[in-house]
Amino acid sequence: MAVAEQKQGPVNSIPKLSTDEYIKGESLWSDAWRRLRRNRAALLGIVIILINIFAAVFAPFVAPKDFKTQVLVDNNAAPQWVIDVFPVMTSKEEGGYITVSSEYPLGADSLGRDLLSRIIYGARVSLSVAAVGPAVALLVGVIFGLTAGYAGGRVDNIMMRFVDIMYAFPTILLIILLMAYFRSSFNDSQPGTLAYTLNAIDTAFGGMFFIFIGIGITSWMGMARLTRGQVLSVREKEYIEAARSIGTGRSSIMIQHILPNILGPIIVSETLTIPSYISFEAFLSFIGLGVNPPTPSWGAMISEGARAIQTYPNQAIFPALALFFIMFAFNFLGDGLRDALDPRMRGVD
Amino acid sequence: MAVFIFRRFLGMIVVLILVSAITFVLMRTVPGGPFDREKALPEQTIRQLEEKYHLNDPFFLQYTRYIGDIMVPRMTTGEFKRSVTEDYLINIPLPFGDNTTIRWMNFGPSIKTRSRTVNDIFRDNLPVSFQLGMAALAVALTIGVPAGMIAALNRNTGWDYASMAIAIIGVSVPVIVMGPILRYIFGVELKLLPPTGWGTWQHVIMPAVSLGLASSALLARLTRASLLQVLNEDYIRTARAKGLTERAVIIMHAMKNAMIPVVTVIGPIFAALVTGTFVAELVFGIPGMGKFFITSITNRDYPVIMGTVLLYAAFLVIANMLVDITYAWLDPRIRYD
Repeated sequence: MAVAEQKQGPVNSIPKLSTDEYIKGESLWSDAWRRLRRNRAALLGIVIILINIFAAVFAPFVAPKDFKTQVLVDNNAAPQWVIDVFPVMTSKEEGGYITVSSEYPLGADSLGRDLLSRIIYGARVSLSVAAVGPAVALLVGVIFGLTAGYAGGRVDNIMMRFVDIMYAFPTILLIILLMAYFRSSFNDSQPGTLAYTLNAIDTAFGGMFFIFIGIGITSWMGMARLTRGQVLSVREKEYIEAARSIGTGRSSIMIQHILPNILGPIIVSETLTIPSYISFEAFLSFIGLGVNPPTPSWGAMISEGARAIQTYPNQAIFPALALFFIMFAFNFLGDGLRDALDPRMRGVD
Repeated sequence: MAVFIFRRFLGMIVVLILVSAITFVLMRTVPGGPFDREKALPEQTIRQLEEKYHLNDPFFLQYTRYIGDIMVPRMTTGEFKRSVTEDYLINIPLPFGDNTTIRWMNFGPSIKTRSRTVNDIFRDNLPVSFQLGMAALAVALTIGVPAGMIAALNRNTGWDYASMAIAIIGVSVPVIVMGPILRYIFGVELKLLPPTGWGTWQHVIMPAVSLGLASSALLARLTRASLLQVLNEDYIRTARAKGLTERAVIIMHAMKNAMIPVVTVIGPIFAALVTGTFVAELVFGIPGMGKFFITSITNRDYPVIMGTVLLYAAFLVIANMLVDITYAWLDPRIRYD
């Protein structure tokens, strides 16, 4: 495997060794980090992600207003610069229909809620999904794939057939059915039951919890396949044989010897999948099966704004740009990680 | 080849039956029913409606009746009156007189829209989605494949970096972002294209571009990677050595082989695009199939759920079969016997 081969340090130029000089070995990770730092696009991605994380965590302090306070007199208000940017919008002074108000940096929505604050709070939903999706995929998918790949034979066969069947089912449909199931069956459950607890958790999270479950259930299968394939490619290597011959147990071979050697492709693939989780949440909220109002989600905001795009384009365009930037950042980071962890794979999916 | 197609066809039917069974079980385990209203209907009415749509029969009987209605052809003679429960997608008249006709594929009534059948939905809305999907696929192919080729042939030059950067941006712009932005710029501000609606070629451009762009980015990356790999093969060196022009080497030898992974992903992309895409259809006000995938579930309109899922699955398996057949043409070493 290419990743394993890179583990050797720089050997191109053999330095003259004096007695008190060592060649400092370089691990795969520090080597990769060095290469990643040189990649400007990936760095830009990291910066955008960090800004988003900061905004999401400190939303109450960063956001100028509360995300759910409705000021109905200011509905669809916009500041002067927004009106200038979007020529279709004309202020009331010029015979148009828009209340000019500098109180809202990006404008207000149809209920008079501050758009910028809602976008900032919306980062919470998108970033939570960006964290939960990979977490489930890594936890379930990697364990599943490791077990199947290392066990081999019939166990492998049965486990992977199960993944195949799950895979053949259209993901969107599965997730919509799941959301419909959670929302309707848990809503009128009795206190004290598991369903009631889950529903209470979901309500507390503003509807995010069921999205997590839905994305979790569908996210691990690709990871399981990838991990299994990687395990198959390293399990017959000499160093595994060596570990086995000195009596290392199964689980420590899997965790200490196999996992570190297949981690590179796993991380790269998962980073490149994060944008699809984010857009999945946006899609669910767009079709009304995502977060509960008034919890702001970029997808729901785009869906609301798109209805009035002829008159108030800012209400759809700004959340759309926010969604674009975060997806773009994760894609650039993932691409950079791939180049850094395996330079020969550049551009190979 | 004929044997292969026949075997794959049988396999397709098995897959479709499995998909339909899983969907049937899943959708019936979701609580609620098609007759749930804000204001509850009288008990008596619900019972009568359930009777009418056979929703009180045993599950297995309901399922087999549904599959039977679709798969088993019927022969009718004399006057045939199309009704909500008797509406066949395929009607083949036979030359025996007395209006003898073989009728096949009854997908059942829509419970939500009482006067329409699932076949009505297919007949009215599927062509729209199909046209849009084909246009989007054309956009994806005409942008994606050449971009990937340019990048691979000019590896590590400005062309390469530029097209791959554009590809990453393309992947980062889902329809839900691209749709509103395009609609605002070209539909509202510049007034070059109609912002919503369907019917003329101008209506197709924006939704097709917003749908096709993300796929084109994927295709560009795949084409680049695959072409780079192929260019290192021995047969490319042989082709060059025997004095072929560079153009002939690239088009006849390299591209043909490099297209194999590209064709593989076109199958699922095709199925997803032509069966309707909810977001694009909503943003651009297009009367396609997409919305039924979602509204049917929220309405618990059981026959429509089954119909849309089966439609998608059928397109997917047919597309995958076409992909397999294309392999044999692209790479004669691949044989199916």
